Amino acid sequence: MITLTIDSQKVQVEEGATILEAAQKAGIEIPTLCYHKALTPYGACRLCVVEITSGGRTVTQASCLRKAEEGMEVQNNSERIIRGRKIMIELLLARCPNSEEIQKLAEKLGVKETRLKKKNEDCMLCGLCVRVCHEKMGVAAISFVNRGSRREVKPPFETYSEVCRTCGACATVCPNDAIKIEDVTKNKPILMPSEFNMGLESRHPIYLPFPQAIPKVPVIDPDSCAHFIEGKCKVCENFCGPKAINYDMKEEYLDLNVGAIVLASGLDLYDISKLGEYGYGKIANVITAMEFERLTAASGPTMGELKRPSDGRIPENIAFIQCVGSRDFRNKAYCSSVCCMHATKEAMLAFEHRPGTKSTIFYMDMRAVGKRFQEYIARAKKEYNVTYIRGRPGRIEVNPENDNPVIWYEETISGEVKCFEAELVVLAQAMVPQITDELAKILGIELDEEGFVKIPDKLSQPLNSTRPGVFACGYVHSPRDIPDSVTQASGAAGKAAEELASSRLNRDSQGGK
Amino acid sequence: MEEPRIGVFVCHCGINIAAYVKVPDLVEYVKQLPNVVHAERNLFTCSEEGVSAIKKGIKEYNLNRVVVASCTPRTHEPLFRAACEEAGLNKYLFEFVNIRDQCSWVHMREPERATEKAKDLIRMGVVKARLLEPLEEIEMKVAPSTLVIGGGVVGMEAALNLAKQDFDVHLVEKEPEFGGTLRSIHKLFQANQEAAKLVKLLVEQVKNHPKIHTHLSSKIKKVTGFIGNFDVNLDEQGEEKKFNVGTIIVAVGAQPLKPTGQYGYGKMANVLTQLELEERMKRGEPLGQNVVMVNCVGARIPERTYCSRICCMTAIKNASLIKESNPKAKVWVLHRDLMTYGVDFESYYRRAMELGVRFIRYSLEKPPEVIGDGKAERIKVYHELWRKEIELPCDMLVLTTPLIPAEDNQDISKMLKVSLDEFGFLLEAHLKLRPVEFAMDGIYICGSARWPTDVTEGVAQAYAAASKAAGPLRMGYVKAEAINAFVNEDECSGCGICELLCPFQAIELQPRDEKRVSHVNEAVCKGCGTCAAACPSSAITMHHFTDEQILAQVEALFSQI
Repeated sequence: MITLTIDSQKVQVEEGATILEAAQKAGIEIPTLCYHKALTPYGACRLCVVEITSGGRTVTQASCLRKAEEGMEVQNNSERIIRGRKIMIELLLARCPNSEEIQKLAEKLGVKETRLKKKNEDCMLCGLCVRVCHEKMGVAAISFVNRGSRREVKPPFETYSEVCRTCGACATVCPNDAIKIEDVTKNKPILMPSEFNMGLESRHPIYLPFPQAIPKVPVIDPDSCAHFIEGKCKVCENFCGPKAINYDMKEEYLDLNVGAIVLASGLDLYDISKLGEYGYGKIANVITAMEFERLTAASGPTMGELKRPSDGRIPENIAFIQCVGSRDFRNKAYCSSVCCMHATKEAMLAFEHRPGTKSTIFYMDMRAVGKRFQEYIARAKKEYNVTYIRGRPGRIEVNPENDNPVIWYEETISGEVKCFEAELVVLAQAMVPQITDELAKILGIELDEEGFVKIPDKLSQPLNSTRPGVFACGYVHSPRDIPDSVTQASGAAGKAAEELASSRLNRDSQGGK
Repeated sequence: MEEPRIGVFVCHCGINIAAYVKVPDLVEYVKQLPNVVHAERNLFTCSEEGVSAIKKGIKEYNLNRVVVASCTPRTHEPLFRAACEEAGLNKYLFEFVNIRDQCSWVHMREPERATEKAKDLIRMGVVKARLLEPLEEIEMKVAPSTLVIGGGVVGMEAALNLAKQDFDVHLVEKEPEFGGTLRSIHKLFQANQEAAKLVKLLVEQVKNHPKIHTHLSSKIKKVTGFIGNFDVNLDEQGEEKKFNVGTIIVAVGAQPLKPTGQYGYGKMANVLTQLELEERMKRGEPLGQNVVMVNCVGARIPERTYCSRICCMTAIKNASLIKESNPKAKVWVLHRDLMTYGVDFESYYRRAMELGVRFIRYSLEKPPEVIGDGKAERIKVYHELWRKEIELPCDMLVLTTPLIPAEDNQDISKMLKVSLDEFGFLLEAHLKLRPVEFAMDGIYICGSARWPTDVTEGVAQAYAAASKAAGPLRMGYVKAEAINAFVNEDECSGCGICELLCPFQAIELQPRDEKRVSHVNEAVCKGCGTCAAACPSSAITMHHFTDEQILAQVEALFSQI
């Protein structure tokens, strides 16, 4: 450990640390512009220059570059330094007068105007983009070219780069928004879709799945992380205070000895893009129910505003189409059970978000079989402007003038073929059990033809799979909503308890824990 | 008492609160209130992040009182109390202010006024928090046995599950035999199993299990006590029996509606309910060549709005059985939506169509008409999809009626002090989070007594109820909520009004020195406050809701007016 003095304050740092790092540790502010925690220091902006007295000599040097030494005395606020900084910022202001970052720093340093002739550059040649591309991405798609007053940042030979990986690191790290991916390459960036938000927004290679994630720990996607692909970057490690990132983490195999297994892996969404007639994936304003849920969620991509995809407008006329992929011989023959109710709920939610919104639900049978469900439907009709039309739409087209989806359907009660224009269409997608043949094999259980857990004796052992001691509950057992899943969950726990009873009884008696 | 240091956590509840109430304004307002040393807002206070924030706040700001302004204590009071405990604070130094159910959700159209109301509510909460005192819960032993009321399939399965976990079970059935509704059923969907066989199997197991004590032809006369310690008085075939149990499971089932006066039922000999049809099929009686079934008779109508969930399948099952035994028979099912949800039901419906059962959609406005003299001969119905009226020949008319609450439900409700819903079914504590429990601790519900259910779902519910009932049994003790009544014996005049009024028989006069004073059984007391309100001597206070605290809240409310 080294001890040095900055502005009469004693600071202790590890050997190898720079003066700037020592100052930051002690909470002493030294202005910077071209400094980045994860990149090697460059000393381009000269704002961090300080007076250093060491070994009897006094010099002015960039604190980001000079390493701390034992007994060093640093002056950060002397008149000479402050005057120098003001001149530096005037120079920078003259080069990039529109840069907000430079303006902010100027204000902080008490500089209102630059006395020099103004240019109109965006790039201040801080080199952050070049450094991040070389050091962290390992690509070197851009670099400094030309000399003197013609120096600029460009790909080699001043054409577009072929090797640029469109990672966007240069654009992210630039304080002035002076460089964009389009400036560097003709390659188009591919956004990584956020799985939790149904691809409605993008995420980073290191990300927290959603705000209430348990455990609330970010995760790295090795398929898109530059470190795992190129062996470079590791910028996240530089920023993690508790040093919690371990790139060498491997999957662990645990051996657990258990007496019973409860399978509760839930449901997955069926891919309805193959149902071409609904235009999902082609018509912007045709979305799935789950996408609707994410749009109306406070933690979703639009912070809870039901903005329709094409233009961000809040729709006041919504159509819900039931049984998309369900009760359908070409896809899933069974009924997904919960969609009649969730569509009604979604319609009511849309009304609450924008009172007066009209919702129309196209259905086959209105399956409101649970406690208070029929009354809920009645309330939707009466108070939330929801209309139910019996009919299974055959086709959805789009009105090119306003991007409104147009639904063609047969209204079965009248026998007429009609078309209905809505501002947004929500498809109640089929749901499938979340279990693979592989997992079933590992568990030693059989699945039925539709992929649900096979229950051999539905009457007296409704939660038992084909393997003794393995119980199933929730959607992976059969399509069901929350109350029924919760009930089955307690039931499966009860069955597991029954299974383990004899061994527990030998171990403890009633009254002990 | 130490100086109160109150921390207030205002929840956005996603958009449930935040969309209607200006949460940042609330936080700013709260910061000015006396004794509030910390205030913050959370997106979801109930998330891991929110709970950590509470624990962190307690440590960092040295809080000795916590107020959370969010949803309802019914959902997360235990969670936030546990958070306080984990941070070293007594859980009764926590106050819950409901600004969702009691504010944002009911005043959605008036956001400004809702924000002001939220400020009032939080101010009242803070004022109370200042006066809170730490309380201790008492532990009570749990008797290792359960009472199961109802010996149908569901009751028997619940009893067996508990018995296999080595708990004693008293299985009480009012009829002379076990089996319940299933004794009348002919065959069960899906593989046409005979209901009688299933019942027989269960009855054998029940009668042979050493841990199950069966009581047939028995009626429960009285139940007193509380979780862990219920005293049950039984009338078993004229003999009085008493026993003590730790938990109770209610499985009294439901009864099918008899649609007297509708479609000629009660007058015409060939008009039956589905259950009566089952009994005829069991006895092997002839059913005729033309069978018409009408669904939703007495259900999904203005007078009884609910859907009875299982009757569509019952009708389709019976229709399929008729076609299987007599392929030339003509069977029509008249319906108003077919509730064949899920995988098995939907495929059974298709199979019925393949067998030749015909389905006709009719509407509530144009119900079928019965034509005939003394018996149903033809059924006239407006076919909704053909858009014309048709007439069907009819040898037998079967009316598919809903399950309605059992007659016992009213008695059970009074005896166990559990609630009924607006239809008369027994009411669970929470539809989603606590579907097999009553709000009353230690009592659980399964089967059609709660809501119409078939065997498959009913048995799963039986396991669920047994699983919940086993919890306290296995632990061996429960903790009594410390929000209860407290008698100042010096002030008590011994008038006995509290004893007369207490709905739970939790308070009674007991001798002390030369007088009699009221004494509260803390284990039974539910903290309802009736005694405290009625006491003419003001001798009774409620822990956690003292007169001082409540009056302070009232003053705080009106101080702004």
